[in-house]
Amino acid sequence: MTVADFIFYVFALSTLVGGLFTVVSRNPVHSVLWLILAFLSAAGLFILLGAEFVAMLLMIVYVGAVAVLFLFVVMMLDVDFAELKAEMTKYMPLALLIGVIILMQLALAFGAWGYSDGIETRLAAPVDGGIQNTAGLGTLLYDKYFMLFQLAGLILLVAMIGAIVLTLRHRQDIKRQDILAQMYRDPAKAMELKDVKPGQGL
Amino acid sequence: METIILFAPLVGALIAGFGWRITGEKAAQWITTGLLFLSAFLSWIVFLGHDGVTEQIQIMRWIESGTLSTDWAIRLDRLTAIMLIVITTVSALVHLYSFGYMAHDENFGDDESYRPRFFAYLSFFTFAMLMLVTSDNLVQMFFGWEGVGVASYLLIGFYFRKPSANAAAIKAFVVNRVGDFGFALGIFGLFMLTDSVRFDDIFAAAPALAKTEISFLWAEWNAANLLAVLLFIGAMGKSAQLILHTWLPDAMEGPTPVSALIHAATMVTAGVFLVCRMSPLFEFAPEAKQFVVFLGATTAFFAATVGLVQNDIKRVIAYSTCSQLGYMFVAAGVGVYSVAMFHLLTHAFFKAMLFLGAGSVIHGMHHEQDMRNYGGLRKKLPLTFWAMLIGTLAITGVGIPLTGWIGFAGFASKDAVIESAFVGSAGGYAYWMLVIAALFTSFYSWRLMFLTFWGEPRGNKHTHDHAHESPTVMLVPLGVLALGAIFAGAIWYGSFFGKTNEVVKFFGGKYGEPAHELVEAVAERSPKASELHYVMKSKPGEAAIYIAPENTVLHEAHYVPTWVKLSPFIAMVIGFLTAFQMYIRRPELPAKLAENQRPLYLFLLNKWYFDEIYDFVFVRPAKALGRFLWKRGDGAVIDGGINGLAMGVIPFLTRLAGRAQSGYVFHYAFAMVLGIAIILTWVTISGGAN
Amino acid sequence: MISSDLSIILPEIALAIFAMVALIVAVYTAKDKLAPMLTWLTAAVFVILAFWIGTGSDSTRVAFEGAFVDDGFARFAKVTILLSAAAVLVMSLDYLEKRDLLRFEYPLLIALAAVGMMVMVSAGDLMALYMGLELQSLSLYVVASLRRDSAKSTEAGLKYFVLGALSSGLLLYGASLTYGFAGTTLFAGIIEAAGNEPSLGLIFGLVFLISGFAFKVSAAPFHMWTPDVYEGSPTPVTAFFATAPKVAAMALFARVVHDAFGGNVGDWQQIVAFLAVVSMFLGAIAAIGQTNIKRLMAYSSIAHMGFALMGLAAGTAFGVQAMLIYMAIYVTMNIGTFAFILSMERDGRPVTDIASLKMYSRSEPLKALAMLVLLFSLAGVPPMVGFFGKFYVLRAAYDAGLAWLAIAGVVASVIGAFYYLRIVYFMYFGETEEPLDGQMSPALWAALMVSAAVMVFGVVNLFGIEPLAAAAAETLVN
Repeated sequence: MTVADFIFYVFALSTLVGGLFTVVSRNPVHSVLWLILAFLSAAGLFILLGAEFVAMLLMIVYVGAVAVLFLFVVMMLDVDFAELKAEMTKYMPLALLIGVIILMQLALAFGAWGYSDGIETRLAAPVDGGIQNTAGLGTLLYDKYFMLFQLAGLILLVAMIGAIVLTLRHRQDIKRQDILAQMYRDPAKAMELKDVKPGQGL
Repeated sequence: METIILFAPLVGALIAGFGWRITGEKAAQWITTGLLFLSAFLSWIVFLGHDGVTEQIQIMRWIESGTLSTDWAIRLDRLTAIMLIVITTVSALVHLYSFGYMAHDENFGDDESYRPRFFAYLSFFTFAMLMLVTSDNLVQMFFGWEGVGVASYLLIGFYFRKPSANAAAIKAFVVNRVGDFGFALGIFGLFMLTDSVRFDDIFAAAPALAKTEISFLWAEWNAANLLAVLLFIGAMGKSAQLILHTWLPDAMEGPTPVSALIHAATMVTAGVFLVCRMSPLFEFAPEAKQFVVFLGATTAFFAATVGLVQNDIKRVIAYSTCSQLGYMFVAAGVGVYSVAMFHLLTHAFFKAMLFLGAGSVIHGMHHEQDMRNYGGLRKKLPLTFWAMLIGTLAITGVGIPLTGWIGFAGFASKDAVIESAFVGSAGGYAYWMLVIAALFTSFYSWRLMFLTFWGEPRGNKHTHDHAHESPTVMLVPLGVLALGAIFAGAIWYGSFFGKTNEVVKFFGGKYGEPAHELVEAVAERSPKASELHYVMKSKPGEAAIYIAPENTVLHEAHYVPTWVKLSPFIAMVIGFLTAFQMYIRRPELPAKLAENQRPLYLFLLNKWYFDEIYDFVFVRPAKALGRFLWKRGDGAVIDGGINGLAMGVIPFLTRLAGRAQSGYVFHYAFAMVLGIAIILTWVTISGGAN
Repeated sequence: MISSDLSIILPEIALAIFAMVALIVAVYTAKDKLAPMLTWLTAAVFVILAFWIGTGSDSTRVAFEGAFVDDGFARFAKVTILLSAAAVLVMSLDYLEKRDLLRFEYPLLIALAAVGMMVMVSAGDLMALYMGLELQSLSLYVVASLRRDSAKSTEAGLKYFVLGALSSGLLLYGASLTYGFAGTTLFAGIIEAAGNEPSLGLIFGLVFLISGFAFKVSAAPFHMWTPDVYEGSPTPVTAFFATAPKVAAMALFARVVHDAFGGNVGDWQQIVAFLAVVSMFLGAIAAIGQTNIKRLMAYSSIAHMGFALMGLAAGTAFGVQAMLIYMAIYVTMNIGTFAFILSMERDGRPVTDIASLKMYSRSEPLKALAMLVLLFSLAGVPPMVGFFGKFYVLRAAYDAGLAWLAIAGVVASVIGAFYYLRIVYFMYFGETEEPLDGQMSPALWAALMVSAAVMVFGVVNLFGIEPLAAAAAETLVN
């Protein structure tokens, strides 16, 4: 076993453990923390594969942004996880049974795993070697995977539209500050003086 | 012109059936009758002007499917021409007669319009019958065949409030189905072997069929024989021959004009027509012909015996019809198709007249049909009496013996049949059956006359006091038919039963010299008939009928021994004298005889127990089976199963599915995962197999 | 290279750009006041694109090294999708306006969903497949909860989203198994790698992929979201769900099983047949208990998807042809039926209870007759076009040696006829309750009548759709 192998197993194991405890831990905050561990381990695996750009992305985007967002959400939401869990235990035996069955099936499949003939030719690296990871990715995204990349953009656009459509409310019954109106306000016209004669009124 | 003959009745039927509310009842009756008279008039022109050459008039293309190609066409030859005049004449007269007979019917209320319906049915029947006889192929013929069956069903059950009429109608229909099954099989067989349903093709193929073997049911058969027998089974049903005869007497439940038209003159003779039409096939099927002879002779005898003791005036005539049809089949079976047609023609006249006369009696006697309640009606119904007398003289075959043709219509044709039967059966079974039947015919016909018109009035005195002669519209048809009953035999004797060359010419065929060996063979068989000059030379299908060159029955029948020629006359005289003795001189004798010979009397009265046997053998098991299938099969298994499924299992599953749709997302997700698990397991198991 | 690729995906690009430009214009101008105009405009763009695609080249072209396939099959599906989406858009206008739901994002989300669907049916690569699928799904999740003030509508959107995510997960898992086996995500590569004796791992990948598709076409047992989402969503959205996305998902399904797994027909045939049988029976049986016509239509669509899958299960070109014909007929029927459902209101409020249709024929004989025709067609009663759709798939299944499947289909359609006929029964018999409102917007009326007329007159030659479907199927299966 080389060092690389050893590190691979360490990262792989910690990814699995992180994933498992994300699911089973009682405290949701702990769950998120376990999730961060899983992300970090995955990033380590990417580095082992030589994909340092993806690893960094994982760190920055998932650990830095998404996971932190999760933390906020979990802390702000008032979800009674205990109740959900209680409901879940009712179905636990059956779920466990099915889970075990599926696991066994998958084990069977992986036990008899075989790659297709000629997989090496199909697996050939999509960009020439010797290019930096970032540059290679850029070439791919804007050339071969141009369409997919743009589609991903569209998906994000839809997500944004969706969020706005579903949540943004233009309230008509509140006062809003109109800065331009304030700036262009003519003090002379703001007030009109009336000379009220005594005993007559307006 | 032929097209007008064919479609005039249909037009009449449609107008009367659907348009009588517009035209009015009376007008509908007149329209149908008028169209029928037009049709009859044109038919006579066609018949008298016909030169024997076969014509085909296409009306439209009908069925095109694969190799089955069927035109709707009129085949006009001598056979068709004869049938045309018989059908349209009798039908027109029956239409006219029905004006009087159906004027007031106690089976219907005053406010019910049954008359247009009756006339529409009559006209529809006429159309279907014309379709049958003018057909150019078997499918069209089958259409007409079933059309007359439907019309017969509707008319037998015309008094639909009478359960007995409905039962009789159903019986007629069902019994005919049995025959039609045979007929249909025959058509299928012919189509299978000749690849055509057209008469021309079939007739041309007839000699080949005689040499073909076909496997049917459990054995190999000669194709011509098998197909001829199958077709004859159809004819048996329609023409009420033994085994399938039981419906005809019951069919007398219908109004009497119907009995005259359908169950005496036209529809029941369709079987005879079929055999004559298929003569090219029958000529090549000797065994089938023997079968026809045997069955015809037996029927003639059987029906005559039963007719001896019946008391219902219409039933006597019905059995008489059955018996006479037997005569015709014997004639057809021995190969003298012209004689069969001859008897068909004369029989149509005198039997229609007898029925219409009986109808007149029934009408005059306020729908009393039991002859035991008649008596002495000679004075009350003089014209009817004379008509019936002519009819009786005709059916019993009164004429001058040994002249052959000088006599009433029945004399000429019946003697011709008996003489042919003597030759055809070599003086055997068929001949003697027919002679005995002739004796019985004479007896029961005179018995009918004596019971009805002579003696003392019996039965309800009130009825007798009010007995009255029928109106003119009913008497005119009797008069017209009487002419036919008297003269038809003498006029066409030569054409139907003359010298071979005359007959062949009449039917549009070619005749020529017989082969030398044949002349010798005939001379050896019967020395008197040695002067054989002509035989038919036409190919099958060229003429209206086909007589094989070896078939010399027509020739030999003229040279039978004198005692044979005299035998029907003697039988007739004996029958008359016996009837005279028993019903005029010693009226107490029949009762005594019935007492002495009780088993025989009951045997005959109950029609040889045919109905009882059928009831036991077929009807009851069929009903039991039907009830079983209905109650157990349909009711319990099918209804129970479907209802159980539709009202028990499915709603249960619906509730189950509804409960699964709980609304909880994790239930849904669970279902998905479960689905995955099931599919994965299945794939693993089935994938592991290969 | 890229310019030729772009020219192949030009319709998709055009639609996406239209959606984005329209979005910006609407945001910076009158916003929701533009919505009716935008809806019409989007529908018009759909129709124009449909004609463009339909009358364009009839060759098979491949872009982005096989990730995008533009062939007859894709074009057939795209035309169906675009036309049905256009019809639904026009139909929804009146309903949404009345309920103050017509926001300018609605037509644009539909347009983006259409882009997703077009990519789906043209996908030649697992990644393109997933991108199209997600683009379409995400748009649908949003429009499902368009009526955000209604608990039911938001619930529908959320359920759809959560379960959709699960199904995406399954799909991705399948995709990774497939990739792991084949070493490529291109369909052309997968079919080459799979050969005739695929390993169990690849089959598992196939199973997971199929599960994902089954969710999208709402085939049992992955159908559970359908009734709830159909019921909760605003009716025009339900109408949309029932039409274009079903065609897209079904086409995608056919594309993957034939393009990527065409050499292993025996392996997926049994799975698809299983899904078909379960869907047909579940759709037929569960619908019987429904009183809400939208839920009923949900089960109806489950059953219909079962029938379409039956055609697919045949695994032959004729099977695909039958499936395409079935989907085209199904979409037409559903447009008409939903046009009617959209018009069901009493005192201006939408009604979805079946019992409210009692004696409908007395007040609205023509509409009742049109609905009768459509329901008969949905049930597959012979003179109507719906029967021929069923007939095609049954024949396809029978010809492929799946006689048991065909028989099961016949039995299921008999059971299914019950609930369609029950609506007919309500419309023509029974006691009159308070009648429904009579008026109907011209667009709905036209949709209902045209669709009913198609069901009757289509029996002549199915409007010539048969040879088109045959040609489309031919390009997919060869």
